[in-house]
Amino acid sequence: MNAAADYDCIVIGAGHNGLVCANYLARSGRSVLVLEAAAQVGGAAVTREFAPGFRVSAGAHLLQWMPRTMIEELALGAHGLAFAAEDLPTVALSLEGAPMRLDPQGIQARSPADAPAYAALNAQLQRFAQALGSMLSGVPPRLGTAARSERLALLRLGWQIRRLGRRDMRELLRIAGMCVYDLMQEHFVSMQLQGALAFDALLGTNLGPRSPGSVFTLLYRLAAGANGARSAPAQPKGGLGALSEALARSARASGASIRTDAPVRRIRVEHDRAAGVTLESGESISARVVVSNADPKTTFLGLLGSEHLDTGFVRRVSHLRSAGLAAKLHLALDRLPRFAGLDGAAHGGRLLIAPSLDYLERAYNHSKYGEYSAQPSLEITLPSLNDAQLAPAGAHVLSAIVQYVPYALGGGWQQARQPLLDLIVDRIEAHAPGLRASITAAELLTPLDLEQQFRTVGGHWHHGELALDQFLFVRPVPGAAQYETPLPGLYLCGAGCHPGGGVMGTAGRNAARRIAALAA
Amino acid sequence: MGSATDAPPIYLEPLLRTPFHERARALSQLDSFIPWNGYTSVDVFSSVEHEYFAVRNASTLYDLTPMAKYRIRGVDALRFLNRLVTRDLSKLKPNRVAYAVWCNDSGHLIDDGTVFRLGESEYRLCAQERQLDWLLDSALGFEVELIDETEHWAALALQGPTCCAVLEAVGLSGIERLKPFEIGYFKLQAADITVSRTGFTGDLGYELWMAPSDALGVWDLLMAAGRSRGIRPLGSRALNMVRIEAGFILPNVEFVSAERTLRVGRDRSPFELGLDWLVDFDKGHFNGRRALLAERRAGPARRLVGLDIEGNKPAHNALVYAARSGRRQVGAVTSATWSPTCKRNIALALLDAPHIDVGREVWVEIYLNSELVWERRMCRAQIVERPFFAPQRRRATPPADY
Repeated sequence: MNAAADYDCIVIGAGHNGLVCANYLARSGRSVLVLEAAAQVGGAAVTREFAPGFRVSAGAHLLQWMPRTMIEELALGAHGLAFAAEDLPTVALSLEGAPMRLDPQGIQARSPADAPAYAALNAQLQRFAQALGSMLSGVPPRLGTAARSERLALLRLGWQIRRLGRRDMRELLRIAGMCVYDLMQEHFVSMQLQGALAFDALLGTNLGPRSPGSVFTLLYRLAAGANGARSAPAQPKGGLGALSEALARSARASGASIRTDAPVRRIRVEHDRAAGVTLESGESISARVVVSNADPKTTFLGLLGSEHLDTGFVRRVSHLRSAGLAAKLHLALDRLPRFAGLDGAAHGGRLLIAPSLDYLERAYNHSKYGEYSAQPSLEITLPSLNDAQLAPAGAHVLSAIVQYVPYALGGGWQQARQPLLDLIVDRIEAHAPGLRASITAAELLTPLDLEQQFRTVGGHWHHGELALDQFLFVRPVPGAAQYETPLPGLYLCGAGCHPGGGVMGTAGRNAARRIAALAA
Repeated sequence: MGSATDAPPIYLEPLLRTPFHERARALSQLDSFIPWNGYTSVDVFSSVEHEYFAVRNASTLYDLTPMAKYRIRGVDALRFLNRLVTRDLSKLKPNRVAYAVWCNDSGHLIDDGTVFRLGESEYRLCAQERQLDWLLDSALGFEVELIDETEHWAALALQGPTCCAVLEAVGLSGIERLKPFEIGYFKLQAADITVSRTGFTGDLGYELWMAPSDALGVWDLLMAAGRSRGIRPLGSRALNMVRIEAGFILPNVEFVSAERTLRVGRDRSPFELGLDWLVDFDKGHFNGRRALLAERRAGPARRLVGLDIEGNKPAHNALVYAARSGRRQVGAVTSATWSPTCKRNIALALLDAPHIDVGREVWVEIYLNSELVWERRMCRAQIVERPFFAPQRRRATPPADY
């Protein structure tokens, strides 16, 4: 190792995982420099102005998965994190009836027959999530390893599952590879409820309700919840960018340095070891350890280069499924939209357009062939309702995630952006008459735009599909699943690693622990 | 049912024929063909012994066309190749050839072959087996163009002590100045041929590369000019004898490509195959480097060695033991032959450490069939240096005029 290096650690990218990782590394007594390509920290957790006076969380727009313990450990409150709203309700919109609030009371009100089944399934899934939750907080163990701690971790997981008892264990093993379509059909009669619950299993994935493994993604989200996350989403004051600012202040307070407008061109390699980075400006900075918050494809194929890697590894990285299927919609509105049947307060929650399982499956069908659906599925929020600073007085911001919008649209995105935008607005307008007339500005970010803005290959918000084949000890790929990479001195800390994305920060913390344990 | 065309299913389609097939068929007394890379290839023309002695005492023509051939060009051609193979190709000058092996991530052999540097950023890789899939994946991140030109070139190996004289006789003036592993460009009547002083026999020899349309004409000229120098066509069986004498390894005989092994531990590293000299840890990163460094630190678990076995019965498929008792197996023979030139019973064997050092004694279990009566012999064998046969004439420039 180079004792005369400028820093102990360089972290490439000031996304939330990079900032969390830098913070924990700095706390372990290391000198840390974070290099961010953009002008502001946060990666895909940023707040920016998309129309004069209108600000929005440009990527992720809600905070749910970051463990409360992490928020406390990093003293994010003291560093400026406040919440405009917490415990946001989720509401399933419908054109055929009243909206349904996704909680026991809401379900009782709209579909009494489903209420007991909901309580039972919820309780069971929570038990499963508790059993699996411990896996999320730690470095994933390797299979076939001799390392005692990793064998213990595998044993612990086995024990947690065994401890569920015969009936639950059998059910967990039965449903883990199933599709959420069948699970919903088994338990519920209300199409509205089925669609809305399935939506959460599918959000941010390349899955439709009938895709095998879609129950796994649902369990996965719940497991994150069991791992200290919130049971319902919250909205940071000032948008997700405020969370990133707080993370940055906390990291600086721990001793880390952060430079923005400092895009990295290459990871430098000396004697088969990561030795630092070269910036786009030509500046060279040395470090004993380089940690990349960038996605695996950008890290390995872009910043490092396949010449430093073996063909088989490069093949695995290039086969990583990383095409995003979610778009982001931002609307500037001159007045508050009114969603039919929704009381005033509920407008501040998460509004889902996912009226049935078949609706979702049809929306998904198109994406398989490089098309977008005429009837997309949406998660809508009106952040300015909870946080007035995001829009001029009386005006409002609508922020929505749109499924399913393919990364590689047949025919390209050039001519297709406006027709898709119109179509999405029509879909929302159907639920909120008068919306179109209130729009003063609109922005639609396709996965291709998200790729460019957030520098993630494919524009996938998990930096790679979260699925059984890209999970735990094989995430992102075998040979790099322990935050280590084949190149000594180079580590990963982003959403492409276990346990994935969704403004969780756990990957960053796990990576810091791994580096502290290995690099002494 | 029934399809529009009555084309036979692919497994019934005849194998490809090389441009020399017509001549090979005419000269083949036994009609003994074997498949190679999708082509038919002659196993024995008339007699293994005659063909063997022609390599060592006269000249032979062997049809190399089925060899997989890839053109590699572009600004990153050298970087690409140096990351692909284990040896340092930056030292390979234009118009030179280098033997090389390439490994997967875990440092196990995928195949071996020869790299021809045809120009500043222009190479050809020749291998016994098809490699396009591995090459294309290895090209990710490199600016190179890869062309499978297996069918674009007809190739002949002209090998044996009189072969330089044969080439001189057909008018390849200056051929005698071509050094081992050098490439030269010649005119043979109207045909442009590229000649490399390379081969698989461990003897004086050349490989001739030409357009398929020139193939028969070149064959005829060489056969006519070689008549007074004992030229014969060579089949794979006799070639196998001479390559064992020369100590060369063969895929699927000495090793199974790491991309094809199914069982754990059945793939082989360059160290295990005794190819340490091909591994250059100082040239920068290459496929398998980190795994090979770790293997070198740990020391070899097994190694391919040469065996000199008592008696004269070839030790085909023989198991090798530490002692005559035959209680502890330490490896197995991969290739064996009686060497008529060396007058030794030789073999290549993969043995476990520590039974790998030159001078050590092991025991080889040979099954012998004498007039349909089988008997088992435990033969003493000594680990010896390879190659078993390496005549001065293979390197002499100019070669002696036989």
